[in-house]
Amino acid sequence: MATPTLEKPAEAGADHLVTVTFRIRRFNPEVSEEVHWQDFEIAIDPKERVLDALHQIKWHEDGTLTFRRSCAHGICGSDAMRINGKNRLACKTLIKDITTIKGSVATKPILVEPIKGMTVLKDLVVDMEPFFQAYRDVMPFLITSGNEPTRERLQSAEDRERFDDTTKCILCAACTSSCPVFWNDGQYFGPAAIVNAHRFIFDSRDEGGEQRLEVLNDKDGVWRCRTTFNCTDACPRGIEVTKAIQEVKKALITRRF
Amino acid sequence: MQIHKYDTVIVGAGGAGMRAAIEATKRSRTAVLTKLYPTRSHTGAAQGGMAAALANVEEDNWEWHTFDTIKGGDYLVDQDAAEILAKEAIDSVLDLEKMGLPFNRTPEGRIDQRRFGGHSRNHGEAPVRRSCYAADRTGHMILQTLYQNCVKEGVEFYNEFYVLDLLLNEVDGERRTAGVVAYELATGELHVFQAKAVVFASGGNGKFYKVTSNAHTLTGDGQAAALRRGLPLEDMEFFQFHPTGIWKMGILLTEGARGEGGILRNKDGERFMEKYAPVMKDLASRDVVSRSIYTEIREGRGCGPDGDHVYLDLTHLPPEQLDAKLPDITEFARTYLGIEPYTDPIPIQPTAHYAMGGMPTNVLGEVLANNTDVVPGLYAAGEVACVSVHGANRLGTNSLLDINVFGRRAGIAAAEYAATADFVELPDEPAKFVADEVERMRDATGGERVTEIRAALQETMDKNAMVFRTEQTLKEALEEITELRRRYRDVSVQDKGRRFNTDLLEALELGNLLELAEVLVVSALARKESRGGHYREDYPNRDDVNFMRHTMAYREVDAEGNESIRLDYKPVVVTRYQPMERKY
Repeated sequence: MATPTLEKPAEAGADHLVTVTFRIRRFNPEVSEEVHWQDFEIAIDPKERVLDALHQIKWHEDGTLTFRRSCAHGICGSDAMRINGKNRLACKTLIKDITTIKGSVATKPILVEPIKGMTVLKDLVVDMEPFFQAYRDVMPFLITSGNEPTRERLQSAEDRERFDDTTKCILCAACTSSCPVFWNDGQYFGPAAIVNAHRFIFDSRDEGGEQRLEVLNDKDGVWRCRTTFNCTDACPRGIEVTKAIQEVKKALITRRF
Repeated sequence: MQIHKYDTVIVGAGGAGMRAAIEATKRSRTAVLTKLYPTRSHTGAAQGGMAAALANVEEDNWEWHTFDTIKGGDYLVDQDAAEILAKEAIDSVLDLEKMGLPFNRTPEGRIDQRRFGGHSRNHGEAPVRRSCYAADRTGHMILQTLYQNCVKEGVEFYNEFYVLDLLLNEVDGERRTAGVVAYELATGELHVFQAKAVVFASGGNGKFYKVTSNAHTLTGDGQAAALRRGLPLEDMEFFQFHPTGIWKMGILLTEGARGEGGILRNKDGERFMEKYAPVMKDLASRDVVSRSIYTEIREGRGCGPDGDHVYLDLTHLPPEQLDAKLPDITEFARTYLGIEPYTDPIPIQPTAHYAMGGMPTNVLGEVLANNTDVVPGLYAAGEVACVSVHGANRLGTNSLLDINVFGRRAGIAAAEYAATADFVELPDEPAKFVADEVERMRDATGGERVTEIRAALQETMDKNAMVFRTEQTLKEALEEITELRRRYRDVSVQDKGRRFNTDLLEALELGNLLELAEVLVVSALARKESRGGHYREDYPNRDDVNFMRHTMAYREVDAEGNESIRLDYKPVVVTRYQPMERKY
């Protein structure tokens, strides 16, 4: 006898499916330098993820549709994209949550485009290198001096909690690519790099805070932030990004952290 | 085609690859080739923790951890390797802490520890708190911390380079490592990396199942490359089904949820694990819990209108505890199921999770060419490898441990080998195999579609080669896989371009999955016993007389070009623990 739950077909019928149009921004410089929008009308369960819809299109309609993805549940950070004008992870966005369904048809198309402010390489794939360079520039690693202890460094639960929020970052770039300052000037470090600096500046074990603050005191550093809160809204991990940036600004003024 | 030359090349940038890279970069000129950006690797999806007998919160020692690992693996574990794993666990955790990993802390400021399946005090007396953790994102923190330290050490990465072939060449009558061939996703260009030492750390191969916790990208690329080059794969029939995947989706909900006090219940609200594992209950080893869940479902006690799942109940735990210790998995329940775990139980089913088998290695990470000889210059670590520390069933928290202990060992061993060895001459036309495959796939006009073959493969694997297996179901799977492999020869892709051709990539990945599925099924058919994650209903007992030995599967091609899998067996290393009946 086979494994029991999977013997019968997964879906009883197609009555739970709705018709949704995905309007996707296409770009493939191998074919044309022109960007264009393409509509795909598919039948899909609205409880599915936008990523499932993109897969359905790629696997059944157009194999050339190109996007990054891996874990499919919001942990790897591969599939940040602009969905209906807002930065989200395609694998963490359910179709029913971003559309209105009348009868069995979605009333408006779902717009999918690459995250903004970064060079588009093909369809929804952007060049991530400048983003990771900004991350590397803030020295995102523990800096200590003196001899290492034989056991672990001690840290109170309270000190550990101090930077908990910013340890959640998955480097998906949803925050940085939602920031109007970053759109206008790609030299700005952007929220993600500052979040990762914050994660170490406020870690009681770290001794590199001054060095990192100097980096962020730069003309392309934290002072460029205009507290529009786009980053906080965009973060799929629920990190209070703007608050973290404000804390770094405050640390720069008071030199206390 | 470009040619590069490095002392050490590491394939994969998950936990094992980056842990190896940190060591190898200090000792040799090293490149890491990874098909994903390093922080996208699936190590980041691991949740519950990393085992080490730190004894920070209660009495514990590495000998108990060794025993639990061997018993958990149903005595198919190589005991010398398990002892190394448990002993080096302590320094491994401390090393990560010193690298900056933000572990949860005890009131005294030490690394906090919690309970996990199969980890016990004094050889099975009661659950022990051995898992070191960072909320329920321990894997995420390990991946981030290792990447941060790679940045610090200046590790050189080739991101989105997909390794498709392993190059070996004969020197003095012995096959040695010459390098690898990689496909650059951004451009479609082929790159040959000549290297003195190669470390495979390319992860698992769970995507041949449909309901799985594995990422889309876990397609056994390293295992398949080794197999094609005539190297054996060990114990591939042993695949772990994690008890608590989100119903139908397979998304992992950590065993740490049960470590924090979560309870599995059937449709009558009964805590059914008490029947199957009176001492460890919900914290029995994963194979035991997954079989128990399916037994409940088969006997009509499953939940929902179709009775096809059970519940993970966290409702008796204080919301503050869920927020502090299990924030991510409770959010998964809210996002994907619309369920509030404070008040409602979560529907779950077992999900294909982890390959215990892989490229056979010794405790230094050196890859074996057969039962005794190593392939000079070739190393493997992490899920792609089989040391074997997990035997027939891995304990939870031992994989994050494995990647750190054996990733480090492989990185050191590879770089030290590279320091003394010469480059092996590249074979003639080193990129030919890959170039032909890529061209064939791109130019093919056959009518077969990747998506259909992959769906059929996943369907048959879930149905016939999952938690319960019989001769009949396995034969059915084998027949189907053979047919799918035939159809795969006519597969064509729609995207004919060179730039970011993920259509082509998926086709190549499917080829790997098909080959590995065949190895799993052939190995499982021959193992006429039940042990750990391999349960044969027609042979429900463990058979130590005939089967306490590792399977070694080789791919052979005859003169007419027909492929077949040849099986051999390798003895298990037993040091101090004789096999006993396994009870939890």
